[in-house]
Amino acid sequence: MSDAAVAVPPPRRRVRRNWVPYALLAPGLLWLVVFFVVPTVSLVSQSLQTGDVFNGYTLTWNVQTYVDALGTYWPQLLRSLVYAGLATVFTLLLGYPLAWFIAHRSGRLKNVLLVLVIAPFFTSFLIRTLAWQTILGNGGLLETTMGALHLTWLLHGFESFLGLVNLGTGNQLLYTPFAVVAGLTYNFLPFMVLPLYANIERLDLRLVEAASDLYATPASAFRRVIWPLSLPGVVAGTLLTFIPATGDYINSVLLGSTQTVMIGQVIDSQFLRVLNYPLAAALSVALMALIITFVTVYVRRAGTEELV
Amino acid sequence: MSWLRRHAVRIVGLLVMAYILLPNLVVLAYSFNKPKGRLNITWQEFSLDAWLNPCNSPGICSSVGLSLKIGIIASLTATVLGTLVAFALGRHRFRGRAGTNVLIFMPMATPEVVMGSSLLTLFIALGVGTGQTTILIAHIMFCLSFVVVTVKARIASLDPRLEEAAADLYASPAQAFRRVTLPLVAPGIAAGALLAFSLSFDDYIITNFNASPSSVTFPMYIWGAAQRGVPVQVNVIGSVLFLAAVAFVGIGQLLASGRQRARA
Repeated sequence: MSDAAVAVPPPRRRVRRNWVPYALLAPGLLWLVVFFVVPTVSLVSQSLQTGDVFNGYTLTWNVQTYVDALGTYWPQLLRSLVYAGLATVFTLLLGYPLAWFIAHRSGRLKNVLLVLVIAPFFTSFLIRTLAWQTILGNGGLLETTMGALHLTWLLHGFESFLGLVNLGTGNQLLYTPFAVVAGLTYNFLPFMVLPLYANIERLDLRLVEAASDLYATPASAFRRVIWPLSLPGVVAGTLLTFIPATGDYINSVLLGSTQTVMIGQVIDSQFLRVLNYPLAAALSVALMALIITFVTVYVRRAGTEELV
Repeated sequence: MSWLRRHAVRIVGLLVMAYILLPNLVVLAYSFNKPKGRLNITWQEFSLDAWLNPCNSPGICSSVGLSLKIGIIASLTATVLGTLVAFALGRHRFRGRAGTNVLIFMPMATPEVVMGSSLLTLFIALGVGTGQTTILIAHIMFCLSFVVVTVKARIASLDPRLEEAAADLYASPAQAFRRVTLPLVAPGIAAGALLAFSLSFDDYIITNFNASPSSVTFPMYIWGAAQRGVPVQVNVIGSVLFLAAVAFVGIGQLLASGRQRARA
């Protein structure tokens, strides 16, 4: 991700046979060009074509498709960015203490905890998301447990609160925006924890001691010393979370309702069910363009204002 | 109060760990359930049926088989191609290096739905029918970058003096590579291959765009089943995957830390 990790020492001896790197690169890069770059061009081209599935398509540079697509589906697009943004903030809030805990406070449990963070990667994303249906559903695990502990009032209070802040309906957790954001947060947490861990583990804790020797409170030591040093990990983690979360629709389909449709769902159904290829392609291109813009602005700001 | 403050990081860390593991435990627990009807959402009674007959639901084991097959071929291919690229980037300076890095990074920074749909437009434009081959092509494509990054990180952390020492001891470049560099990079290659396999085995979105009705992978099977009620057998297979991953990664970590201790 960041170039800091990729800081390769320049080879001591000058490589004379200069074709070697190109020979090594050729097969892999050819694959990426043919099956990543060319399809991207094909996607943009498809979005500017007119026609239908049965009579074929011709490239007419029809920009109207974009106007129609964005005019109809801007709420879903906006919602995807908001949900992914919320999930990114929550993964950071949950992931930072966890990464810190594993890196500096877990002692001999360190390796075990790392395994348990990585292990969900190997279990199915879909199965674990379905498990949240069992946990959050009415009469599900959470409600039963809360009932047994005589804490149902707490749960209902939380549900009412979600209704107040427009993240729920006020009488259930499953099939609400809350469930979708919680599912995204859950599913992308490892993508946040691992880069943060890699960064935080290398932090020299003596810097905190030095800061407190210079009369910094723990809070200001964190704000002025630790946080700036961990920014590369934060930037890597937030990108790895935000980008895939924006395009994800597994969570919004399985944990959400018709009120929580995200843009990936629209692209999927326009491509595979409605067979309106130009519209679907236009939405895909728009999503990509939005993400690239967001990421560029974000990386610039994180890079200039905070890192210096 | 001061106790709480002193242990705040530990408490929050353990709570987040619980959040990460809770669904896995639920999947495991409900694999022993005997549901009434098709819905495995409320607890009925303890039963080993699903564990004794994991293939009892039509199509489930053939979908696991297809996912295994695709995962193995895709991860092996991506590992070979990606390792070559990683060595080029990690060991050589050449024109176009920065551009190559960008090209490698792009697939990781593209949402799956965009990658899936763009490949589909290519296949449509070429008039290629989708099926196992197109799934394989897509999986190799999105696994490649992850392998490159994993292997490259390992190469970057190697001490170049080790190769120089080998050369000083009269090893030819080929011998130094085979006897010194490759064994040192091997854990990175293994990690990349494992990551590629898990990404391929677990992918739904890209696969769904590039599959045909006759090529149903395990995630596609689950997605279909989710509409009408997931059979308990899915919980069994999910639990086996989870336990195998914990065992596999756990043994790897133990071996690695054991070797470290032996060296120290």
